Amino acid sequence: MTSSAVVCCMPVNEVPTLDFAVWRAELVAGLEQGFRLVTLFGQRRAETVQLTAVVQDREGALRPSRAVFSADSGYRELTSERPELHCFERELHEQTSLHMPGHPWLKPVRYEGREPASMGSYPFYEVQGKEVHEVAVGPIHAGVIEPGSFRFSCLGEQVHHLEIQLGYQHRGVERRLLEREPRLLAPLVETIAGDASVGHAWAYCAAVESLAACEPGLDVDVGRAVALELERIAMHLAGLSGLAADIGFLQGATTYGRLRTTAINTTMRLCGSRFGRGALRPGGVRLQLSSELSKLVRDNVELLRRDLVSVNALFLSARTVQHRLRGVGTLSNDRAKELGLVGVVGRASGIALDARQWGRAGAYRLLPLEPVVLADGDCWARAKVRVEELDASLSWIAAVLERHANWQQPLRPVAELSPNHLAIALVEGWRGEIVHCLETDARGALSHYKVQDPSFRNWMGLALAVRGNEISDFPICNKSFDLSYCGHDL
Amino acid sequence: MNGFKSLRVRVAQGTQYITDLRKAVPTGFRGRPTIKPHPCATDCQACQAACPTGAIRLAPVALDLGRCVFCNACAEICPEKKLEFGAEPRMGGCTPSELVIEEGAEPALRVRANATFTRLFGRSLKMRQVSAGGCNACELELGALANVNFDVQRFGIEWVASPRHADALVLTGPLTRAMHDAVRLAWDAMPEPRFLVAVGACAISGGLYEGAEGVDRSFLQEVGPVLYVAGCPPHPLTFINAILDLLGAA
Repeated sequence: MTSSAVVCCMPVNEVPTLDFAVWRAELVAGLEQGFRLVTLFGQRRAETVQLTAVVQDREGALRPSRAVFSADSGYRELTSERPELHCFERELHEQTSLHMPGHPWLKPVRYEGREPASMGSYPFYEVQGKEVHEVAVGPIHAGVIEPGSFRFSCLGEQVHHLEIQLGYQHRGVERRLLEREPRLLAPLVETIAGDASVGHAWAYCAAVESLAACEPGLDVDVGRAVALELERIAMHLAGLSGLAADIGFLQGATTYGRLRTTAINTTMRLCGSRFGRGALRPGGVRLQLSSELSKLVRDNVELLRRDLVSVNALFLSARTVQHRLRGVGTLSNDRAKELGLVGVVGRASGIALDARQWGRAGAYRLLPLEPVVLADGDCWARAKVRVEELDASLSWIAAVLERHANWQQPLRPVAELSPNHLAIALVEGWRGEIVHCLETDARGALSHYKVQDPSFRNWMGLALAVRGNEISDFPICNKSFDLSYCGHDL
Repeated sequence: MNGFKSLRVRVAQGTQYITDLRKAVPTGFRGRPTIKPHPCATDCQACQAACPTGAIRLAPVALDLGRCVFCNACAEICPEKKLEFGAEPRMGGCTPSELVIEEGAEPALRVRANATFTRLFGRSLKMRQVSAGGCNACELELGALANVNFDVQRFGIEWVASPRHADALVLTGPLTRAMHDAVRLAWDAMPEPRFLVAVGACAISGGLYEGAEGVDRSFLQEVGPVLYVAGCPPHPLTFINAILDLLGAA
């Protein structure tokens, strides 16, 4: 194994398949012992539902387990005991129509398969009281961003509850992924969340390669990691620029913004696209790396490091920035754990979770990257995690180019996928862990493709982080989470 | 203290704007393709088979930039090296057919100017962007129009928050069913004169999501775009050149 991605691939008949009650009890026991839920999804065939749960043990290994049962034979919901499962069970209910008596909140996740009109008539929670008022925002927002709907229940300026309604971006990605040859899905995968093209493409490539027993090698892994870190750098800069703009700190907004241009133009020089489109394919990478380009990457990394020193010093010491970000949109460690938050948002609330630390081999073994973990859980901490991860990623690229700069390998041929296999791949994208689960049928065609963007778990974190804050602080809370709408809506 | 820090940042910033946006070519960008005149290998259909969006016709070879996602698969697989993507960003048209590059019949680099648009919007154009299933790549590139590098405000072109203030509706994404009514509302809220722009392969043709379960493109049958900007996503320079051409700018 030479991949940095965390991968688990096994024949379907070796996935432990249990009676529902046993499966449920083992899942809950595992979570109580410190295993972590990575994903939970279902497939329905006529009256039978097959559930797949994947947990991660303390060493980072992925462990899938399954339960197959009749759809009307009494599923017992898990959300009341394990709140971090809420989004998975709601999706399960939406995708399989599984009956879930006792579930506390079966709000549709993305209104998949429902008439759009039902989105307009959904009964939002209402806070009662004579002075309480509601503010409805969206689905179109006042900016060049994706659509989603937010309903605030406020007392004066203070938000008591925010209910988020998504699904406006639902295109039908998962179904579309089953319609084409599984080894040619990269262009589609790159649009699942277009600002995380490299992260999603890597998870897809790693899963397909494991199903085809293809080992692209360390050179390819390093190339992918450089592309992924450039994507992280670009999007963290975009996030900081947006955050600075939202608090009216214009020098931060313009400077972080132009540094992002340098980062995405570097990616463009390597692969032809400012978003890393076309850079990753099953069997390898399509990156140019002449000695001239290698120097250009090093020079741009150096420029970013140098200029970030001064703009970070300005941004982090400015009283206006501290005043607007500290203690705003706070999510405690307990709450973040309860919701199973991942990525930047989780790490800003003290959850030391970063998939780059688990690869058994590959680029991040060559040069380890320590997760950046802060405790405060406020907008400030989420900004600070980005600032520190920027430094770490830039230093990492500079170091890896010194040691390992020959990634120009022809694409390796990828054989047909093994029939009746399940592959799970996990990659730390810039928002957090991206999970792709692929299952093949008896002919080696895809029978199921489950996509999970980190935003899927983290949106609920935003809803709870704004409670007790002023409604005017919502934009900075939202920006500090910087979640994907299309990655959630699929 | 912060005064000095601010000055240091300002000095490092220098001047960042691209002086001549009309002449700028983004080095390394996989943009406008060319189709070479030499013949195809006998019975070869490799490029057509490799295309994820059905953007290629054969005999003569033609590539529809309104569908193309610039993945380079066609150019890579062609045994005769007939297709080649270059850095040229100019890929706009007033109709979808103006985005088709055909062997021996390449469309003009510039979009046709429209005298009425010059009169109405030539000195001031306010745009409202709506994403309807866009993956945030088109949205980020459109947002970049207003950054310090592209600085599109220098032409009197600006993003506005409300459709009531907008002259142009700039659509991205394949148009989802769930956004149909919201897009219609935004359009109806815009005062006349107004026009519609489709940005990116998804908005122009449905792209990778043509016919997908969550897509409803009926709005585009009701209201036709007057400008199509190709790419996946289009480079900011692609958009800037197309809109300036339409407005008759030099």
